[in-house]
Amino acid sequence: MKRTILYFSIGILFGIIMIKSEAASWFRIYEMFQFKSFHMYGIIGAAVALGVVITQLIKRNNMRSFFGTEIQIAPKPKHIKASLYGGSIFGLGWALTGACPGPIYVLIGAGYLPLLVVFVFALLGTYCYGLLKPRLPH
Amino acid sequence: MAPWPWYVGGPAIAVVLFLLLFSEKRFGMSTNLKTMCSMAGAGKKIPFFAGDWKANRWGLLVALGAAVGGFIAATYMTNGSVGMIHPDVVTELNQMGISGAGVEFMPPELFGIEALTHPKTLVLLALGGFLIGFGTRYAGGCTSGHAISGLSDLQWPSFVAVIGFFVGGLLMNHLILPYIL
Repeated sequence: MKRTILYFSIGILFGIIMIKSEAASWFRIYEMFQFKSFHMYGIIGAAVALGVVITQLIKRNNMRSFFGTEIQIAPKPKHIKASLYGGSIFGLGWALTGACPGPIYVLIGAGYLPLLVVFVFALLGTYCYGLLKPRLPH
Repeated sequence: MAPWPWYVGGPAIAVVLFLLLFSEKRFGMSTNLKTMCSMAGAGKKIPFFAGDWKANRWGLLVALGAAVGGFIAATYMTNGSVGMIHPDVVTELNQMGISGAGVEFMPPELFGIEALTHPKTLVLLALGGFLIGFGTRYAGGCTSGHAISGLSDLQWPSFVAVIGFFVGGLLMNHLILPYIL
């Protein structure tokens, strides 16, 4: 129950940040790909810069979680082709809809209901990947 | 009530990363799409979706919270003002028939309720959604899993994935969007 509230609350915080920072705004994503604003680069850059510090501190000091367990950070699978091809396919969708998988939920909650279409087809896309996975280069 | 500048938004995202890592989890939103496919029974026929989806229930809670957070922020934490969009972008979008830049949070032509009655817009939204779902799972992560978590952990595949995000994004933004919007 405690954990349910914890994860749900982190989600609420994330949703508020996506709206208040405008990272979920289609206009901001469009502007980013036009290189006409520092806004999105600032957001991602600052998040990653602080993220590197947080992640490295955790790893070097073997820090423990809120629950007293050792924090495990599993490395990403070394699938370079999949990262590049999949990343490019996602990039096409990101620039078209302005939405990443996180902001999809945030924007539906904020009342932009056409994102429901994006959501349903994102599920279909994930399903098709699962179907085709054995035949794709990784 | 005004939108946050990047130097508030960026560090706030790092706080989310911090909270998830210290809650024994990773910051990654696209896995939820796979979890939901597994929940719906896709694992019966496709091995990729097999396994215990209940281990990822926490992610669904984060997604549900994100929707609630979106509602709270849009309803109670904004006075309707949005950040300035570069004037060149505003002009360009207006010429492409997209209004609201610098005035509204989202373009009404694509995300207003009336968009649901325009077949062309529906096709674009569906196509975009499909590419997001297919691409993120193929790449093994999205902006949160690769660009934030992965780069923070100095992961080489994440760096490649982020290059991919921009290859696809720039292609869509500069070469495709002007013809399909």
